[in-house]
Amino acid sequence: MGSIELIGVTDGILSNDAGKAMIMPTNVRFIQGNEACVEGALYAGLKFFAGYPITPSTEIAEHLAVQLPRRGGKFIQMEDEIASMCAIIGASLTGRKVLTATSGPGFSLMQEALGYAVMAEIPCVIVNVQRGGPSTGLPTHISQGDVNQARWGTHGDHAIIALTASNHQDVFAMTVEAFNMAETYRTPVVLLFDEVVGHMRERLVLPEPGQHPLVERLKTSVREGVDYHPYLPREDGRLPMSDFGGVHRYNVTGLYHDMWGFPSDNPKVVHGLIRHLVDKIEDHVGSIARYKTYFLEDASTVLVSYGATARSALHVVESQRRKGQKFGLFELQTLWPFPYEIVGEACGHAKQVVVVEMNMGHVYREVQKALGYADHVFLANRIDGVFITPTDIRQTLRLITGKGV
Amino acid sequence: MTTQTTRKYLRERFMPHIWCAGCGHGTVLNALIRAFEALGMSRNEIVMVSGIGCSSRITGYVDVHTLHTLHGRALAFATGVKLSKPELNVIVPMGDGDALAIGGNHFIHAARRNIALTALVMNNRIYGMTGGQYSPLSGYGISATTAPYTSIDPDFDVVALSMAAGATFVARTTTYHVNEMFDFFQKAILHEGFAVVEVLTQCPTYFGRKNKMGNAADMLTYYKENTVALGARSEKEHPHMIKRGIFIQEEKPEYCSQYDKVMERAQKGRP
Repeated sequence: MGSIELIGVTDGILSNDAGKAMIMPTNVRFIQGNEACVEGALYAGLKFFAGYPITPSTEIAEHLAVQLPRRGGKFIQMEDEIASMCAIIGASLTGRKVLTATSGPGFSLMQEALGYAVMAEIPCVIVNVQRGGPSTGLPTHISQGDVNQARWGTHGDHAIIALTASNHQDVFAMTVEAFNMAETYRTPVVLLFDEVVGHMRERLVLPEPGQHPLVERLKTSVREGVDYHPYLPREDGRLPMSDFGGVHRYNVTGLYHDMWGFPSDNPKVVHGLIRHLVDKIEDHVGSIARYKTYFLEDASTVLVSYGATARSALHVVESQRRKGQKFGLFELQTLWPFPYEIVGEACGHAKQVVVVEMNMGHVYREVQKALGYADHVFLANRIDGVFITPTDIRQTLRLITGKGV
Repeated sequence: MTTQTTRKYLRERFMPHIWCAGCGHGTVLNALIRAFEALGMSRNEIVMVSGIGCSSRITGYVDVHTLHTLHGRALAFATGVKLSKPELNVIVPMGDGDALAIGGNHFIHAARRNIALTALVMNNRIYGMTGGQYSPLSGYGISATTAPYTSIDPDFDVVALSMAAGATFVARTTTYHVNEMFDFFQKAILHEGFAVVEVLTQCPTYFGRKNKMGNAADMLTYYKENTVALGARSEKEHPHMIKRGIFIQEEKPEYCSQYDKVMERAQKGRP
């Protein structure tokens, strides 16, 4: 790492107009967001991927089909997204870090098994590169319409972690974080990217090994022959695991279960388990929250955004600042559990808060909740598959400030 | 027939089991753990993966690594376990609706890949857990709570379907033919490829009662009198009887060993 050699966009030499080879360090890549996600997953120690082709996430499967067998990892193209989600859960139980990637329709199909991973507490990461919905919708166009599906897509009360990113460096970092959180909290983690970030090409500087901390699976220290309780949380709420094939044999089920993993409908057991599943995540909102702030100290207008749309929002904020106007940006990277307190504090002094997103107000409603349903929270959105531009956002700002359309 | 050494494969802590009196599933459990014992299998090397239904509860009672999953999806979970750790012996007990209605797509694709899983289809021709609805294996003219005027749905032939989909070991037996089941289970477990054993198993509570088949003993007698072993002299005399036996047993490239070759090709010439 760090040495200088000629590299190319694919495997040729990246040339400038004069036909001279440009020299870039080997740890700098010019790639799609989907490939940045692949790099992050491999950096985190991904060993097993199961998936099904779907636009606009397919490149993740394609790159992993090349990379995983080179590194002794397993890649399988399953018969559908249901099977893909099930296969990664099975593989995770053998002790591997696992991933699947999909988009809206496939994400819908994965919901039942995603709930299984919540209930059985199986670490896994699911990428949803969002496209327009509902149904087949707009396969090749951007949307951020799956934010609430990531939260509530599977049935029953539960907690979930969902992360997002607006640029490739952050796609890499959030992918590593997703694997870390999946292991820390023994839970599925959803990476909610979008078509623009997924397909856009930009620079990624590959971090050195060790630069990003990695969380490895917490294994039980219980010795062979001693009763191991796979579902008895430690005082800190974490549950050490034992791999399938190891010395501890236990039951894993999607039914409510006791500390041995055996089915139970004892009201105490049921209540205790659902509280555990929710509290282990909701009690750590602060440690799970990832976000970026720009010019918030004195901002009177705060834009709140995430994913690709945060790029347009940042453009507006920077250009308004140059004009001397007190604009700031709060960029969410953790969407769930929603960091209500942090958002409330960051936006508490603003005269107006404008949520910029590409849906009909998924995060807008959460920001309203964070700010006690104050009447100075607005939504700047596009829902037609066309990426929201700074001009679109300014148009909404003019409406808010009464300056006309 | 269960000895002290076979009992080590049971989780007696979780007994009594949930099955009705006269249910055939316990007979399947008996033959399965005796097969484990006969093959000298370590409990730590076995993973049992099941879906949802009466049959799927079998995993909970066996002291191996057990994964009780979603309705119809057991083979998809099992594929992940097996490909991730091919040295494990993965057994997948399923019900007829579980394996071939909601799970039909996973069934044919697991067979097509010829991945070394042992698929047991415990076929009682009914959804027992939900109280007696017809399944894709009930067949035409069967009474069920959702077929009050008798079923107009034809059934699948599990053996023909498995073979067409690419399974390389396919057998059929019944809960009456206990020693045959014990023998087929061992052969299926040892088989290097996707193995299917269909076991006709009685549900006196729902299928039997709804279709006036009598009690459990009557249903077992039915299996005795209406099935015929492949190659037996009586097979030609009774062409319409249900055939039992090993229908196919062939060596073909197994999926996980094929994947090893993919890794070799990917790593060729690389440090």
